[in-house]
Amino acid sequence: MKISFLLNNREIELDVPSDRRVVDLLREDLALTGTKEGCGAGECGACTILVNGKSRLSCLMLAAQLEGCSVTTIEGLSPGDALHPVQEAFIEHGAVQCGFCTPGMVIAAVDLLRRTPDPDRPAIRRGLSGNLCRCTGYQKIIDAVEDTSRRRGKGKAS
Amino acid sequence: MSHVFLPPDLDRLWNILEENPGALLYAGGTDLLVRLRQNPLKPPSLVCLERIEELHGVRERGEEVFIGACATHTGLLADAIIRDNFPVLVKGLACLGSPPIRNMGTIGGNICTASPAGDALPPLYTLDAGLEIRSRNSSRRMALTDFILGPGKTSLQQGEILAGVWLNRHPPFAIHHFEKVGQRNALAISLVSLAALLTVSAPGIIERVRLAWGSVAPTVATSAAVEAMLTGRPLSRETMDSAIPLIGDAISPISDTRATARYRRTVAGNLLLRLIEVDRRCK
Repeated sequence: MKISFLLNNREIELDVPSDRRVVDLLREDLALTGTKEGCGAGECGACTILVNGKSRLSCLMLAAQLEGCSVTTIEGLSPGDALHPVQEAFIEHGAVQCGFCTPGMVIAAVDLLRRTPDPDRPAIRRGLSGNLCRCTGYQKIIDAVEDTSRRRGKGKAS
Repeated sequence: MSHVFLPPDLDRLWNILEENPGALLYAGGTDLLVRLRQNPLKPPSLVCLERIEELHGVRERGEEVFIGACATHTGLLADAIIRDNFPVLVKGLACLGSPPIRNMGTIGGNICTASPAGDALPPLYTLDAGLEIRSRNSSRRMALTDFILGPGKTSLQQGEILAGVWLNRHPPFAIHHFEKVGQRNALAISLVSLAALLTVSAPGIIERVRLAWGSVAPTVATSAAVEAMLTGRPLSRETMDSAIPLIGDAISPISDTRATARYRRTVAGNLLLRLIEVDRRCK
């Protein structure tokens, strides 16, 4: 099946089986291995991507569903080699240990901050509750998201 | 390999269903695609309903509200009509799955999956939800309680889809309550849940009450006996203690990897006690 969609702001046309899982299409067909597969059942959030701006699980989407959509993966979060402010904050706060959950966690945080401009810590916890991390104990991740939000608020004020 | 269809409207859907008998339908995919992955037998075709405009949105129709079957949980949580009229549903959906699951999963999917643990279901039972079932040539209404037959079993026939949910606007209850007990707050299958609608008069007498429990029977459990026992009596520990033994007749919990049947029975009763606290908070 031929599908065309916007992938990280570039138009793309592919000929793939319509029931190919989006996570496989991204990782194996397009070599975008930033998106991870953890559980393959919607429980860990490692495969989170943005589809039309909303976080979705790429292990529970099939290729046909991408037709006409705009998809953002961790690779396309910011142009070129620049890092997204959430990524910068993750580095600064030591929110990355083994790194496996990080792409999904960052995408979930970006989605949260777009929809909730100034989330408090409980709201950040709820926003990231679909993403499991087995290393950090979550505190540093929440610190990083809180800091991104705080800095953005300051940026707007100045 | 299964061919995946993505019809943009109902006319195209009916054609696909006629030409592809045995096709499986899905909307968010959060249940079906997990099940298919565990099952080596692939269906000949899959039909994703998410692009069908007629199955989306929330509409007011006189004294009723229509919720399209493909409305996502996230969409409903943000919808003013839903928030104003059905707080019990909002509370149930808020603890369903996780943010990405709520972005993908739909109310129609939660109903058609017919899991005893579906978090939208106890609220919809207390709200007396009606369902709109459509096929190419017909449209019929039936009660949610008649639609769900058992775990994973519904009365949907070949060629039919669940088009949406009908609810009465302004349900006549002052208190909307939902509580779910699971092993953690997010991404947990409910071990026991309780949806409750309640009106309590000024002197503290229960005037009207609707109750529905999740995860304690093959389908959502209700109990006319418990509701009758509570109606007209003070909302107190004594009243609840006398009603709790009656719940046992309405439920038939199982033991599984998550909890024992005995634990589920105890919690199903204890969740009633919370209503006393909830009423106090409302004052």
